Parts: sequence; structure tokens; C-alpha cells
Amino acid sequence: MKIVLSHLTKIFPNRNKKVGGDVVAVSDFNFTIPDGKLIGLLGPSGCGKSTALNLICGLETPTAGKIFFGDDDVTDLPPENRGVGFVFQNYALYPHLTVLQNILFPLENLRGERKLSRETMLAKAKEAAHLVQIDELLERRPGEMSGGQQQRVAIARALVKTPRVLLLDEPLSNLDARLRLQTREEIRRIQRETQITTVFVTHDQEEAMSISDEIVVMESGVVQQIGPPQTVYDDPVNLFVAKFLGTPPVSVFSGEIRAEMLYIGDAPVLEAKGLRDQAVWAGIRPEGFVPSPEGPLCCRLTGVEVMGRDRSVVASHPSCQSPEIRAIIPAETPVDTASDTVRFCLKPAKTHLFSRESGERLRAAV
Amino acid sequence: MHKNKWKAWLYLLPAIVFLGFFLVYPLIDVFVYSFEEGYNSASETFFGVGLYNYRYVLREPFFLQAVVNTFILVIITVPVSTGLALLISAGLNHITPLKKLFQTIYFLPYVTNTLAVGLVFMVLFKKTAYSDGMINLLIRLFGGESVDFIDGPYWAKMMVTCLYTIWIVMPFKVLILTSALASVNPDYYKAARVDATPPWRVFTRITLPMISPMIFYLVITGFIGAFKAYSDEVALFGVNLNAANMNTIVGYVYDMLYGDSGGYPSYASAAALILFAIVLTITCINLLISRRRVR
Ligand SMILES: Nc1ncnc2c1ncn2[C@@H]1O[C@H](COP(=O)(O)OP(=O)(O)OP(=O)(O)O)[C@@H](O)[C@H]1O
Ligand SMILES: [Mg+2]
Repeated sequence: MKIVLSHLTKIFPNRNKKVGGDVVAVSDFNFTIPDGKLIGLLGPSGCGKSTALNLICGLETPTAGKIFFGDDDVTDLPPENRGVGFVFQNYALYPHLTVLQNILFPLENLRGERKLSRETMLAKAKEAAHLVQIDELLERRPGEMSGGQQQRVAIARALVKTPRVLLLDEPLSNLDARLRLQTREEIRRIQRETQITTVFVTHDQEEAMSISDEIVVMESGVVQQIGPPQTVYDDPVNLFVAKFLGTPPVSVFSGEIRAEMLYIGDAPVLEAKGLRDQAVWAGIRPEGFVPSPEGPLCCRLTGVEVMGRDRSVVASHPSCQSPEIRAIIPAETPVDTASDTVRFCLKPAKTHLFSRESGERLRAAV
Repeated sequence: MHKNKWKAWLYLLPAIVFLGFFLVYPLIDVFVYSFEEGYNSASETFFGVGLYNYRYVLREPFFLQAVVNTFILVIITVPVSTGLALLISAGLNHITPLKKLFQTIYFLPYVTNTLAVGLVFMVLFKKTAYSDGMINLLIRLFGGESVDFIDGPYWAKMMVTCLYTIWIVMPFKVLILTSALASVNPDYYKAARVDATPPWRVFTRITLPMISPMIFYLVITGFIGAFKAYSDEVALFGVNLNAANMNTIVGYVYDMLYGDSGGYPSYASAAALILFAIVLTITCINLLISRRRVR
């Protein structure tokens, strides 16, 4: 089931009289989530991710705009009639019911012609439990399970009524790092098997990049960029997106374009064909630095860390926004660790230029 | 370590002495009195030891009437007041405007003096030679026959007593239940909504289990409180409850000690221990049930 958001807007009235203006939690969303895909909704805390998800679910009503599931306009439909499965951040499993009773709960609500026989319900619940691999835990109560297991139960409960759309609100944030890795693969697997259109909210860019077919990066209620993770990473439309994606993050330098050449400090570091003279931000990915004795960018060397396959060169430069530059280089590339300085060439594809005023991407001609 | 133990006991000493004097000692004393036949409090003498006091009390019509009254009161007021309190607090939880105001209004009877409320009930229900009272005016308006609720037939007096008791105990229950309802995580209701749960099912399968510990707390304390009823009856019918046929077990104990027919601490003690046995049994049953049902 594809989801179409059209001019979707949600404004919360402001109750705090000291600060003027209403909260625009979601501002003019226009995009289509293709059928059967897993979409990562990504952004910093408070940017409106949960609100967007609640709008799709129907728990919040939009201030303006429309939502379509396939060709149905569901904007005015209450959540119970939308056929969505929702996994809450804290799972919201009913603590007094066993796992099986929790999974059965949505099925027992079905009325009229959709009412199921007890056997069908049990079969469906067991099938859902099997899908998330919790067959042995059916008689437990939520309090007697680990966070990861509870999370699976929550997914099973959301899937058991075969929803048209599955929505997950930061489902991994309560898990520890290792479990988070495991569980996100699990979510990916379940989504592939069921082919249910899924929207996954997270503030962890790595999480979103690793499992999503497409990511939607948003900030302050506004969509910044939509696209496959690799595309968004390689080709960010503005400084915010460039900074938000990637670990270690991009190093942002204040630079200047003079005569179609990018200068950082006084050093001409890269050609910038077709761009007029102006002050810019230059965002350089960690893998965009190539150590070279003749390299134009001269940085103060702080240290070299070996991380197995790669090495991480830690350096600093007065024009860089952050006190520390991290460059990732292949282990075999030689670096003179005895020296105080290190010189880099820059890979053009890994160096993005942004307007100083708007933060928008400036594209040099190739 | 050893020294610490002594220190702990030392800190506990004031409480132990206090409780010992005013709680444990009287308890033992009551127990002893109840088995002493023909105890005379002036001379502190008695004839013998045995079950005579119990036999006497259990055969006395006034005591039996008091037991019947108390049981009727308990059986009617505990479920009705808890149920009503549940309805009211569920309603309070749903309204947003003026919620605080309504909560305060529902709590007011709790801070109002029992005797004052009793007086109001008297005015409402009493029928005198000169006037019928508010309630009777209403009854007559709808074509009924006026009844004297304070001095009339037994069922009318019992009804007023139950109403009065429910009125008195409800605010506390409403208070406890509204806070219990408010503390249920709203995500459960959101999840239930997404799953298209009918409202009644939300109430019985989610809300009730979530607040069941509080409900059982209210039922248990409600039973105990209702078994100890006395002042409410005095507020409505005056001190001579035996004459009004409206005595309770605690009222009977009081009468045996200080009433017109008083001066019999042995009978009073026996009656008090019978009440104790009843309350203990009921509370144990309650706890057993709640062990099973509440998680
Ligand atoms: N019911 C509400 N009333 C008023 N403002 C709200 C309400 N819900 C959310 N907001 C505001 O809307 C904005 C977006 O909130 P939202 O919960 O969608 O953020 P989020 O991206 O999910 O953040 P997080 O990652 O911390 O969960 C925030 O500024 C928040 O303060
Ligand atoms: Mg959120």
C-alpha cells in the first residue's frame, strides 16, 4: 500500500504565553512512500518525527493537507479504520496479559463480518509470533522478558491483523547497542518477508541508513531531503543534511571561492568551476581526505588511530568549525606520524560546497 | 554490628512503649475481659472463666439486630460506593474543562463534618408533625406516599443510612481512583485505539486491570470501615440506636460500656472480639481473592 502525503501540516497551538508563535511540528509534507518499502524518518529530537507518524496513523489530525493510502483518502478516518499497525517507543504491551493474549488482542477486537473463529485467531497469533521468533515465550508476561523480546512482541502485535501500513516510533531506542544492531536487522527481515509498507522513525542516522530503502531527513518540521540512503549521503542538498549523516561527521571548513577556485585559509584546495566568487562552507567527508606530501590542505597532526582495516587521522585546522578533523584512510597509506603537520589532497566527490547565507548546496560544474 | 542492633532497638523504644501501652495492652485486656464471667469494674472481681459472655451476647436480640444491620450496611454500601466512585472518576478523567473544579466538588464531603452532614440528611428526610421534609415533598410530587425516613419503617431507615454512608465514604474513593486512572500510561489507550478496541473492552480489559490494586485496596478498607460504622448512625438517629432498631456492632459495644444499659465491659469485650473475628475473616477472604486477581 503506497502512502501519499500531500501538503500535510500540523500546527500545535502555543500555550506558553512568554514565547510567541505556534509550534509547527510538521510543515507542508509532500511525498509518496512507495508500496512495500521501508522508509526511515530521520531527524534530531523535537523535529516532528513522532507527529508525522501520528498523523499517518491517525492519532493526530492534520491542521491542513491530505493523507492517502493507495487511492483512499484516509485523512478523516480514525486510526481504528485505517488498518495500521503501530509500535510504540515503550512498546505499550499490556502488562497484565501474556504474550499470546497481547498478540491476540487486536484480533479479538474484530467485529461483524471480519470476526474470526478462536482457532483462526490462535493460528494467526502463532504465525505472527513465529515470524518474530518468539514461539517459546507465548506464556510469559511482558515484565518477564528482555527489552528486545518485548520489542518483538510489540511488532507481532502490530503485524497480526495484517495491517496495510506498519509504523514504528523509535522502536530501538530502549535497547543496548548490540541488541539494537540485531533487532534492526530483524525488522529489516520481517519487513522483507511481509512486504508491508513500513515507516520507521529514528534519530540515529546510522540506524536509518542501514535498513531503509529510502530516508526522509527532516528538521524543525520541514523535510530536507528524500532519497535512498547512499544518494542522500553522497549528494546532500544542504549543510544540515551533510552534517546530520555520517560517522565520523563531515568536517566543515569556512572557505572562499575566488576565480573558480576554493580557498581554505590561503591555500587553493579544489577547483570550483562555474561558481561565482563568494564565501562558502566546505563540508569534507572523512574519506575525502587523501594524505599526500604535495597536498594543498595543511593541517596540524594530532594523532593516528588504527581501527583494524582503516586508520583514522586526527588533525586540526584553524578554518575548521570543529576543533578536530577526522580523516579515514586505508591502512596501507603512509602517514609521517613523526611530523607535526599532515598535508591532504581532497576528493572532489567527497567535498561539498554550501552557500554561507542559506546553507544550500552549491554545485560546481564537472 | 551487635552495637548497632541495640541502637536500632533504642530508636524503636518510644514507639514500642507507646504502642504497647495504648494498643497491645488494651488488646490483651479486651481478650481477658471477654472470658471473665461477671466482671465488676468497681471491685475488679469476677466469678469464673468461660464462654458465658459470648453465649450471652450471641443470644441478645439487640446484638443480633446490630449484626444484621452491620451486614446489610456492608453488603450494600461497599459495592455501591466503590462502583459509583469508579463511574464518577472515569467520568472525571474524560472531561477536560473544569476538571479540577469537579474534583474539588467531589472531594468536599470528605472534609465536611459527619454530624453536619447528618443534620442535612435529617432535614432532607425527616417528617415531622408540621412538615414532610424535602424528600417527601418530592415523593408526593410524583404521586407517592410520604414516609418518615428517620422515625418510620425499618427499610426506610436502612435506606437513609446506606445513602448517608455512601455519601460519606465516596469522596475518598473518588480521589484515589481518579489519581489511579490518571497514572495509567496514555500509550496503552493509543495502542488500544489503533487496534480498534471497543470502549467497553478498553475499560474492562485495560483500565480495570491497570487500577485493580487500587480497587482492591478500596474494597478491603471499605469493608473494614463499614464494619466499624457507628458515628453515621448516631448522626442520623441519635444515641439510642437500640430503640431505633438501627444499632451496629460497634454501637452495641459502646452501649455495653457507657450506654444507659452500660457498665458491662465483659459483654462489650466479647462483642468486640466477635467483630474482630468477622473483620479478620472477611479481610483474609478479600486478600486471597486479590492475590489471585491482581497483579
Ligand atoms: N501535543 C502537543 N502539543 C504541543 N506541542 C507539541 C505536542 N506534541 C509535540 N509538540 C511539539 O511538536 C514538536 C515535534 O514533536 P515530536 O514529538 O514530533 O518530535 P520528535 O521528532 O518525535 O522528537 P523525539 O525524537 O524527541 O521523539 C516539538 O517541538 C514538540 O514540542
Ligand atoms: Mg518522538
